[in-house]
Amino acid sequence: MSASNLLIDIRQLSVCYRSGGQINPAVQSLSFSLAQGETVAIVGESGSGKSTLANAILGLLPENAQITGGQLWVEGSDLTHASERQKRQLRGRTIGLVPQDPMVSLNPTLRVGQQIAEALILAKGKRYPAVDADVVELLQHVGIDKPVLRARQYPHELSGGMRQRVLIAIALAGNPRLIIADEPTSALDVTVQRKILDHLQRLVSERGISLLIITHDLGVATDRADRILVMKQGELVEQGPPRQILDAPTHPYTQALIAAAPAFAKRREPLANPDWAALAKPILSLQNVGKNFALPKVKGQDNSFQALENLSLDVYPGQTLAIVGESGSGKSTALRIALGLEKPTRGSVWFEQQEVTHLSWRDFRPLRQRIQLVQQNPFAALDPRFTVFDSIVEPLESFGLLKGAALEQAARELISRVHLPVSFLDRLPRELSGGQCQRVAIARALALQPDLLLLDEPVSALDVSVQAHILELLEELQREMGIAYVLVSHDLSVVANFAHQVLVLRNGQVVEQGSVDQIFSRPANDYTRELINAIPGRQKVAMTG
Amino acid sequence: MTRYLMGRVGQAILVLWGAYSITYFILYLLPGDTLSIMLSASGIEADALSVEDLAKARAYYGLDKGLFEQYFDLLLGALHGDFGQSLSLNRPVAELLVERLPQTLSLAGLAIVLSLLGGIGLAYLAAYVRWKPLKVALARLPSLGFSVPVFWMGLLLIQVFAFGLGWFPATGSRGFESLVLPAVTLAIPSAAVYAQVLQRSFQGVWNQSYITTAFAKGLSRGQVQARHGFKNAALPILTLIGLQVGNTVSGAVLVETIFARSGIGRLAQEAVLRQDIPVVLAIVSVSAAAFVVVNLLVDLLYPWFDPRISHTPKVS
Amino acid sequence: MTTTDTRLEQNLGRTAIPAHRSEPLWRRRSRLQRATATVVPLLRRPGFTLALLIVLFALAAAVVPQLLTSFDPYATSPIDKLSAPNLIHWFGTDELGRDLFTRVVYGASLSVQAAFLAVGIALVGGLGLGILSGFAGGRIDSVIMRFVDVLLALPGLLLALAIVTAIGFGTLPVAIAVGVGIIPGFARTTRAEVLRVKTLPYVEAARLGGASWSRTLLRHILPNAWGPVAVLATLDFGAAILATAGLSFLGFGAAPPAAEWGTLIANGRHFLITAPWVSLLPGLFLVAVVFSLNHIARTFEESQR
Repeated sequence: MSASNLLIDIRQLSVCYRSGGQINPAVQSLSFSLAQGETVAIVGESGSGKSTLANAILGLLPENAQITGGQLWVEGSDLTHASERQKRQLRGRTIGLVPQDPMVSLNPTLRVGQQIAEALILAKGKRYPAVDADVVELLQHVGIDKPVLRARQYPHELSGGMRQRVLIAIALAGNPRLIIADEPTSALDVTVQRKILDHLQRLVSERGISLLIITHDLGVATDRADRILVMKQGELVEQGPPRQILDAPTHPYTQALIAAAPAFAKRREPLANPDWAALAKPILSLQNVGKNFALPKVKGQDNSFQALENLSLDVYPGQTLAIVGESGSGKSTALRIALGLEKPTRGSVWFEQQEVTHLSWRDFRPLRQRIQLVQQNPFAALDPRFTVFDSIVEPLESFGLLKGAALEQAARELISRVHLPVSFLDRLPRELSGGQCQRVAIARALALQPDLLLLDEPVSALDVSVQAHILELLEELQREMGIAYVLVSHDLSVVANFAHQVLVLRNGQVVEQGSVDQIFSRPANDYTRELINAIPGRQKVAMTG
Repeated sequence: MTRYLMGRVGQAILVLWGAYSITYFILYLLPGDTLSIMLSASGIEADALSVEDLAKARAYYGLDKGLFEQYFDLLLGALHGDFGQSLSLNRPVAELLVERLPQTLSLAGLAIVLSLLGGIGLAYLAAYVRWKPLKVALARLPSLGFSVPVFWMGLLLIQVFAFGLGWFPATGSRGFESLVLPAVTLAIPSAAVYAQVLQRSFQGVWNQSYITTAFAKGLSRGQVQARHGFKNAALPILTLIGLQVGNTVSGAVLVETIFARSGIGRLAQEAVLRQDIPVVLAIVSVSAAAFVVVNLLVDLLYPWFDPRISHTPKVS
Repeated sequence: MTTTDTRLEQNLGRTAIPAHRSEPLWRRRSRLQRATATVVPLLRRPGFTLALLIVLFALAAAVVPQLLTSFDPYATSPIDKLSAPNLIHWFGTDELGRDLFTRVVYGASLSVQAAFLAVGIALVGGLGLGILSGFAGGRIDSVIMRFVDVLLALPGLLLALAIVTAIGFGTLPVAIAVGVGIIPGFARTTRAEVLRVKTLPYVEAARLGGASWSRTLLRHILPNAWGPVAVLATLDFGAAILATAGLSFLGFGAAPPAAEWGTLIANGRHFLITAPWVSLLPGLFLVAVVFSLNHIARTFEESQR
């Protein structure tokens, strides 16, 4: 059979979910194949069916899912009607999985070494004396230092990056012919992700293993795959090598994805950059701000943690300042200090030439009409029992500014401003999508007509295409209303198209700060360069010019 | 670690002292006329006494001292193991306790073991079985266990197994056979709690990502359930055991009454009926002490089961 | 801007967002309408409806027992004593010839009242402590939680026994005793919920929007925290019924000839061999009521998730 040199051969596969009497198709007549040694990326947004496809290959479809048509050939056998036993034989030994979120994918009550040993023993068929040595060797292979020590540790004692490496070790333990990497870039910092993915690709090519990357990030796909498959709502809309996909996408959906992905989107024209300091006074100013957090007393360790050190920044009216940093850099702390939710240990905070550092909550309250916050998680930012109307007008009610018909009019205006239909005012948050919830949160933040809007990772929880919309909306609002923004993000590609000024934080210290042009074209600091290079897809764009 | 240990022990002592004080407050300060209660408990009519006799009685019961003095006297006595005299039985309370405690301890011990076996077994079965109707029925069973009054269950079991089938004696405290029915009766409510908590916990654990990782290694469903599922789902049970001590003691009062066993539970019931204050105070204090000690042990043992919990503060 | 939006959205397979900038076509749906919308589908479940009917029957028995049975609970009739259940006497008769079904129905009154009082005491005490503890935090929280720990260390029945020893027997002392025993559970659950909701982003958003603490508490924290508390209240209602029955079984409840469920069961103990129904049937009724309450509580809990 010609399929003998194909590791995976999927022909016209259809999978659907049954829930509450309804049948939802997840994968529709999908065909693709994967040969030994190839690296293929499946790109799709939420609801595209890519995770269902991965689960089908692994034989891990949930009980309410059913393969309704087509064939799924893995290593010469059709899995569509295979028994659980046959599917189990393939898992671990032929197909390995590197799961998405390393923080929750390891058993918290078993030692790391035991979990790896379990996979090794399964592959061998029984427990063998050299298994401990093999565990240590495998840990070394995946790049973990002090492997003997780490093998005896529990998952919560390891960092996120190390846990991801352990998961790779578990996947490799069974000597599989295919590794499925599920969203390998979502849970970790960009620089860590890059190192780990590079390492994984090296290991995989050394051993001739095929790699199937499931991702929503087109940049990651173009960087690392030999072939890209684009999925949309269960269907395969386009496939081809990265060069072809980027240069000549044939399907409109692919074109839309490329247009929406920040890494590939055209950098907007750099605004005429007047000398800001001369034109206007800063609306928000942090001067030499430092923040220490007290820690429980432990012998041999410091009893305070320095979250921020010597941070100074200025935000000018109508301008966007982006604070960029990885987790633990202190960027959220900076935001909270600006809002008055935390008091800085050192330094001062100024709002329009008024020092607000030591204001009590009550004294700060009048200023709240001018400074507002948009939070990261749109679903958690809205009270699930409040209708959209209630949520949007709450600030107005809290300050007692409007009542009755005027309140309803204000609500109508606000919801139209964020481009949502007026009928949405009656909906509850659970009836809205992530992007729609975030728009409501923005409308709420605008209710008091603030001059300064602080945004804490406002788009990181959303799909790529939705991200683009929200950012466009924010830009439009800035143009029309002259609001200044402080945008906190870990994603440099988002910042590149949106900010005027950029500030890079690392471990609480300012690494670099300047205009966005300066930072991106002429980064002065190594860390900044590393961050920029780690943006998935950047190299390909650079090559196309 | 020792710092934490001392802190916890200190906390436990504080709670025990609080429990004793509240009970003292209820028994000695709440009633309108403590003296007449104590007199009637001893079988003496308050009205029949003259004023001097009343004063003597007051002094005898220690009620003529000031509030705090009386309290501290009682407390010190309790710390030395002297709980005073039973008003109705006219014997030292401590003696009564020592006499009856072993019966209750054996009953409670067997009941705890049975409840753990029953509860954990039921939960495991409900998770293992795949046939929907049976699975649903097993899942509902703990709820039924909560709804059944302990005393009625005891009567039902007596009716069926003692009078009906004649397998076990209906009453009495002699021999192991007389222990079986009471222990089973006492075990049922606790077993229901363990089963329900374990079922919920297991459902929560089953949705975790590390279960998918385990499956992806190639483990069978049974292996994943045992090695990864239950080990993590069973963690709350340990805390529950500590909390169930209270329910077990409460249940013992009812069970011992029904099965006419001579344990502390029935002693409590008789004491309340006769308003024998010192005995009630002693029994409640001893139960509170048992609760506090067991929970302290559970707290100290917990890190051994769950490596994420450690009693030395770590810095991430 | 709008046209770009629509084109992109159509490309991505979603429907275009229409631009409704003209007259409002919406009404504020009242909270009552939304509440009924959640309860009605539950009634389609047969188990839930049956449970609800049983509980309503018990409540009816508590309030208007005379409508449910024509017999007099105190009417003795020595000729009919200890007769097995039949068409006239649905539950049979007790040792004095009184109709057992009637005794059970009238007993509901005392038992249900006691349970209401007990849960009421627990709600007021437990909710109050829990909200104060969770909201205020800091030292107040530690002190209140220590107090709750102390109450927990006293086993429920024993605490009730102590209270009954002190203030005497009867339905009211039993209710108070049971109520005090349930307080710790309420306090802990309420506190946990308040703490959970207090740190949620939308509470922070409300505060940043200028909401005062009282507004935040009343409009955000309490409505979102009451779910598990309501479930616990229903469960504890059943537990209160069991506890009051237990205390009256031991002989501390209302004096005869008043018929609380526990007393009925205790009474029948003596006739277990010859006339088991005297004890077992009232108990079965009790089990049915408490199980129905548990079922209702669980259905609410599941529908909230």
